[in-house]
Amino acid sequence: MKIKIALAQFNTKLGDVTGNLEKHLERIEAAKKEKADLLLFPELSLTGYALQDLAVDSALRPHQDDPVFNALLHASKGIDLMVGFVHEDRRHRFYIASAYLSEGEILHIHNKVYLPTYGMFDEGRFFAWGNSIRAFDTRFGRVGMLICEDFWHASPPYLLWLDGADILLFASASPGRGLHEDPRLSSSEWVEHTNRAYAGLFTNFVAHANRVGYEDGLNFWGGSTIFDPNGDLVVRAPDFNEALTLAEIDLNQLHRSRARLPLLRDERTSLVLHELERILGEK
Amino acid sequence: MINLTINTKLAEKILTGFIHAEVTRAGFKKALLGISGGIDSALSLYLSARALGPENVLALRMPYKTSSPDTLEDAQTMIDDLGVPSKTIEITPMVDAFINQHEDMDKKRAGNIMARMRMIVLYDQSAVFNGLVMGTSNKTELLLGYSTVFGDSAAALQPIGDLYKTQVRQLAAALGVPDKVITKAPSADLWQGQTDEGELGFTYEDVDKLLYLLVDQRYRPEACIEEGFDRTFVERVVRRIRQNHFKRVMPPIAKLSQRTIGYDFLYLRDWGS
Repeated sequence: MKIKIALAQFNTKLGDVTGNLEKHLERIEAAKKEKADLLLFPELSLTGYALQDLAVDSALRPHQDDPVFNALLHASKGIDLMVGFVHEDRRHRFYIASAYLSEGEILHIHNKVYLPTYGMFDEGRFFAWGNSIRAFDTRFGRVGMLICEDFWHASPPYLLWLDGADILLFASASPGRGLHEDPRLSSSEWVEHTNRAYAGLFTNFVAHANRVGYEDGLNFWGGSTIFDPNGDLVVRAPDFNEALTLAEIDLNQLHRSRARLPLLRDERTSLVLHELERILGEK
Repeated sequence: MINLTINTKLAEKILTGFIHAEVTRAGFKKALLGISGGIDSALSLYLSARALGPENVLALRMPYKTSSPDTLEDAQTMIDDLGVPSKTIEITPMVDAFINQHEDMDKKRAGNIMARMRMIVLYDQSAVFNGLVMGTSNKTELLLGYSTVFGDSAAALQPIGDLYKTQVRQLAAALGVPDKVITKAPSADLWQGQTDEGELGFTYEDVDKLLYLLVDQRYRPEACIEEGFDRTFVERVVRRIRQNHFKRVMPPIAKLSQRTIGYDFLYLRDWGS
């Protein structure tokens, strides 16, 4: 089975959900014209990233009755979507979240589990920490979603892999940093190495949508990518510029890569669990 | 290993993008800046001209009677090179009218008055030109506090504020800033014979390396001394960074209410844009 994935690498307006929704709908139309099956948007694509006190004002309830979600659900007929938003739960906790929409339904919501609160980051001050990491079924097989800092930690992609995800869908609003002699920033290099490593170590597809643009002095570097189960680059969007980047992936590659390299078959989860229990002092 | 070499193409891409994004989202198309003939304002000028188009950047020369004529010429060379509009507004009558009222005026006060007078002229011209005032401060001088508060530090944007002086030189060379501007001794030119390095008591090349360890690499002062930096030099620089922090932050607001600007009323400047 071959599917066409589109990466909507774009800039957002800070705290302007209506303006950003319009941009989503435009990209969705463009991706539909290109016959994409799945379109990925970056982290907080409906709101912008450094929201601070705007977080609560731009929060959404992911539901048919919400006008923004209603429009997106309507647009998800014929193309699956991953969108980024501020998720306000029933108890009025605010999460950085990604929603997966398909054929007018919300299939899954992932609340960001790791909130960077150090250096230039202050997410833990404004957002609640997500509490679950789950794969879910789509018409393309089982997938898993993570958001930026989630995949700076090795355990969330590992858990999704064990939970059956063959395609990892990553979203970021990654501020560029680390200017040296190299033609790319340290942060760009680091994220790309990591994504390539997950693809290779898990013999999985890894698709990453990162944003571009500026918020005050922060730049967002783009460079969205898809890696295949051999760890090979399928496609890379340009650094710093907006783009709708498309690539076809062949899901049969999973068969071929795992026949050659049975890392999933040989993964000793009971041993991992046993040792984790020992390490955490529960046994 | 201290290596302050930067990829100038990447720096240009990010900084011109920054200038364009932040000027236009504030509702402007244009920018202006004071051109001293020195390298920092030269680099900001070249970056701004590339980001916004030369016709949208006003180079403002604001000489005082003691300003070196050489620097005026260097500024003219760059204005001609880029094809940007320019203006020359002498600050001598305004500064002298002020200075002459005080018999006990010293050169430091006079220097600060000149820097602040230039700020007044720049902000007034920003209303005429309908542009934002572009800052010209580099990371070295911001960290050392080598500036006049509300004078040359006043600006809408600081495009080169995360580049050390030695990195400013690299990027300036890559963008075609004239060699003469890059190699001349850095000077605030507030009085004759003044040089930055003379006044600071160390060279930019040395202090940039130390600042890189202290700030970027989070070395403790003791660890810098172990790396071979002179103890007195390290202590002086550490003290300067701390003592001048007030120049780098907004004045603190005394908190009284439940929600106070700066503490729990937090928005980026790009709010809604």
